[in-house]
Amino acid sequence: MTAPLDVPATPTDPAPVPTVAGVSATAIQGRSLGQIAWMRLKRDKIAIAGGLVVIFLILVAVFAPLIVGLFGHDPIQFNSDLIDSSTMAPKDGTGISAEHLFGVEPVNGRDIFSRIVYGARISLLIAFLATLLSVVIGTLLGVTAAYFGGLVDSIISKTMDVFLAFPILVFAMALAGIIPDDAFGLTGDTLRVALLVFVIGFFNWPYIGRIIRGQTLSLREREFVDAARSLGARGSYVIFREILPNLVAPILIYATLLIPTNVVFEASLSFLGVGVRPPTPTWGGMLSDAVRFYTMPYFMLFPGMAIFITVLAFNLFGDGLRDALDPKAR
Amino acid sequence: MVTYIIRRLIWAAAMLTIVSIVTFAIFFLVPRLAGATPESLATRYVGRTANAEQVKIAAEKLGFYDPLVVQYGRFAKGIVAGSEYDYGPGVEQCPAPCFGYSFLTRLPVWPDLLDRVPVTMSLALGAAVIWVLAGVATGVVSALRRGSFFDRAAMTVALGGVSLPIFFTGMASLVVFSYGYPFEITAPGGSFTPFFENPVDWAYSLILPWITLAFLYAAGYARLTRAGMLETMNEDYIRTARAKGLAERTVVLKHGLRGALTPILTIFGLDVGLLLGGAVLTESTYSLPGMGKYAIDAINSQDLPKVMGVVLFAAFFVVVANLIVDLLYAVVDPRVRLS
Repeated sequence: MTAPLDVPATPTDPAPVPTVAGVSATAIQGRSLGQIAWMRLKRDKIAIAGGLVVIFLILVAVFAPLIVGLFGHDPIQFNSDLIDSSTMAPKDGTGISAEHLFGVEPVNGRDIFSRIVYGARISLLIAFLATLLSVVIGTLLGVTAAYFGGLVDSIISKTMDVFLAFPILVFAMALAGIIPDDAFGLTGDTLRVALLVFVIGFFNWPYIGRIIRGQTLSLREREFVDAARSLGARGSYVIFREILPNLVAPILIYATLLIPTNVVFEASLSFLGVGVRPPTPTWGGMLSDAVRFYTMPYFMLFPGMAIFITVLAFNLFGDGLRDALDPKAR
Repeated sequence: MVTYIIRRLIWAAAMLTIVSIVTFAIFFLVPRLAGATPESLATRYVGRTANAEQVKIAAEKLGFYDPLVVQYGRFAKGIVAGSEYDYGPGVEQCPAPCFGYSFLTRLPVWPDLLDRVPVTMSLALGAAVIWVLAGVATGVVSALRRGSFFDRAAMTVALGGVSLPIFFTGMASLVVFSYGYPFEITAPGGSFTPFFENPVDWAYSLILPWITLAFLYAAGYARLTRAGMLETMNEDYIRTARAKGLAERTVVLKHGLRGALTPILTIFGLDVGLLLGGAVLTESTYSLPGMGKYAIDAINSQDLPKVMGVVLFAAFFVVVANLIVDLLYAVVDPRVRLS
């Protein structure tokens, strides 16, 4: 729905060194575009805050075993002693204590904090890999379509149209639901993660592909591409050495903005029961467990907030990145 | 204009064919690649209690030993011309469009699907009205008063809105408003009253899902409208319109908004098309018996013909919505017709 359709107008191409009228050029340090963007980004406090949260979340995901080890509660270990056997609720209502920071789940008493921390792993791993897949496919096909034009362009563009017309969620659900638990020589979580990465990444590439195609179409007509060609450069050289470096900015922006979409996508599939299988903790799966315990809203609060904070942080950082790399889009 | 319409119609038909091929491939080719045999596929249709002999017979009957192309041909023919199903004791007619036959309930999928359409349609169209009005109005006011308190507050809420997954806001809304905790305002979740039976109950049963769903989309539309308005209001023709003395209201609504609305129209068409094919998350959060709920229930019970039917039907809505948007575009923007 919030697919990025607005195209940044200026790609970063070899720009003239900024000079200020009235000041001699020697007094001015030439700045690269990256430096200029970084200066702009640094001033955007909200984007920086988003970026810091993103780094924090990545660290949590990477060091999940260490963090959980600190408290000593395995995410799939039952703590029946904390559960009131008549109501199935935690004995003091939530089970929140210095031991169990976010409380424990009703019925089986699993530690919610550990499950949130491990859930970050699945969520970010799938979101990052799926984004990578979309970006690679989208960039390759987008550049190819725009650079070669003609029949190649028609075929690739029509393929993108077909993909965009797919009811993505229903398709992903069907595909993730139909694959047996043992397929392609993989089993268990590895298979589910690989499957989700493939499904999410594969259906999302046309969004990136369209943007890259548009950008390449305008880059193709630029003088430096003509210059390279007239020097006898082959197609692959022009694509990889002349055009791709100029696409780094839009790729970076839209990859950052695609990650939160994919976080929600993964959570949705897990919520619907076609994601990574229990007992492996996922945020979406925790939320779907929490449905049955609506009288204990603390249970749904933690996974819900985890998704919200992650998506918001990436969105804030992505917006800031776009403003910094491409001030005209503001 | 006529050739344009014909071209779009042909393209829509081609698109549906491609989608049906891909759907077929997902259900029959991908499991094969993943290591399934005709027998193991047939097991899903006859249930795990059947013995090897029965499974073999079922696989034979379902034509799973035939080449995939032949199987697809049979599948496509069923949709166009109908087909019959031999389930053992007797032969059932499955009139066109035959999307297959549930082997759990022994009922054709199509009438089942049609039953679900009013629910999904009520949900999607009702929410669409709310989100377009709320989203576009917020976006326009935000853009006109850029930097004001309203703008900043609205954009903060909108950013929060696009970052909240629908199943979380849906669950939260149920906890607060429907289960009587902590407020005693009870809106019935999980029930659906058809419009023609009782319009008041109909609206009452949908009010929570509408608002939750509309909030998510309105947030996105407000952001898009704001960005679009900021761009168009800087165009030269806006200055011209002001210079010739038009009322500001006319300038904003007839000149500014009109330009900003075209990209939103495209997205709106796609969004509504996608939702009509099943608002899976909203329906399963609120237990609304629409097509999305149908799809997820079918997947959970591994009733493959149902899943295939709903996937194809959902794709049909998207293709039709695309077609309508394309045609509307041609009406709004004459350049489209010529290209």
